[in-house]
Amino acid sequence: MVNRHITGAHYGLKDWLIQRVTATIMALYTVLFAVIYFVSCPTDYFTWSYIFQSQWMRIITLLFFFSLFWHAWVGVRDIYMDYIQSTALRLGFQVVTVVVLLAYALWVVQILWSV
Amino acid sequence: MRNKTRPKHLDLTKIRLPLPGFVSILHRVSGFGMFLMIGMLLGVLALSLESPDGYERAVGYLTGWFGKLVVLGLIWAFAHHFIAGIRFLLLDLHVGTELSAARKSSALVLILSISVTVILGVTIW
Repeated sequence: MVNRHITGAHYGLKDWLIQRVTATIMALYTVLFAVIYFVSCPTDYFTWSYIFQSQWMRIITLLFFFSLFWHAWVGVRDIYMDYIQSTALRLGFQVVTVVVLLAYALWVVQILWSV
Repeated sequence: MRNKTRPKHLDLTKIRLPLPGFVSILHRVSGFGMFLMIGMLLGVLALSLESPDGYERAVGYLTGWFGKLVVLGLIWAFAHHFIAGIRFLLLDLHVGTELSAARKSSALVLILSISVTVILGVTIW
């Protein structure tokens, strides 16, 4: 019988799959962004901010960041599960991490849509 | 006929990880390191997109000696996590799971990530 904990991993393939899907999205975005960066070669505020002024660029950048936050959540939670043995302490770390990542997600929307 | 006193090396200074294990623990270290830096990087991104003055300040932060050191660390973490991640995806697809292939690919990951760090490090410095 599996010893279930409230701070466990929900014992399925979902997180394993999410980790790979988000990794692929981030890898593709990284290549695309590198190409855009070297083609436009921004040297000042106007050429730099111009990159983020099209709606599609904002959307795929947001997709990258949401993938990053979800990927970070799965990865960091795995680390907590391996090294933090106390359930209370682990739950505390997990809650703080979720709140911080959600705040980052809101912040990124604000950053991208105020350019 | 089991040897009941076989050594258990949970002493970190005595554990000798095989190369694939070394790549694996560095994947974890680089990932956690980058996680800790997300907030600071978002701050720099926000600043750089805020105004021409903010952009200059962001560039200033990233090109100071301390900023460059942090960026260099992030370049290594990203390069290692990216390249080791591709290796893990290939292992998931059952590519290179034999011992000798896994050892060679983990050596390749280390060589590539350090090369990328050195090349980009020289470029920014």
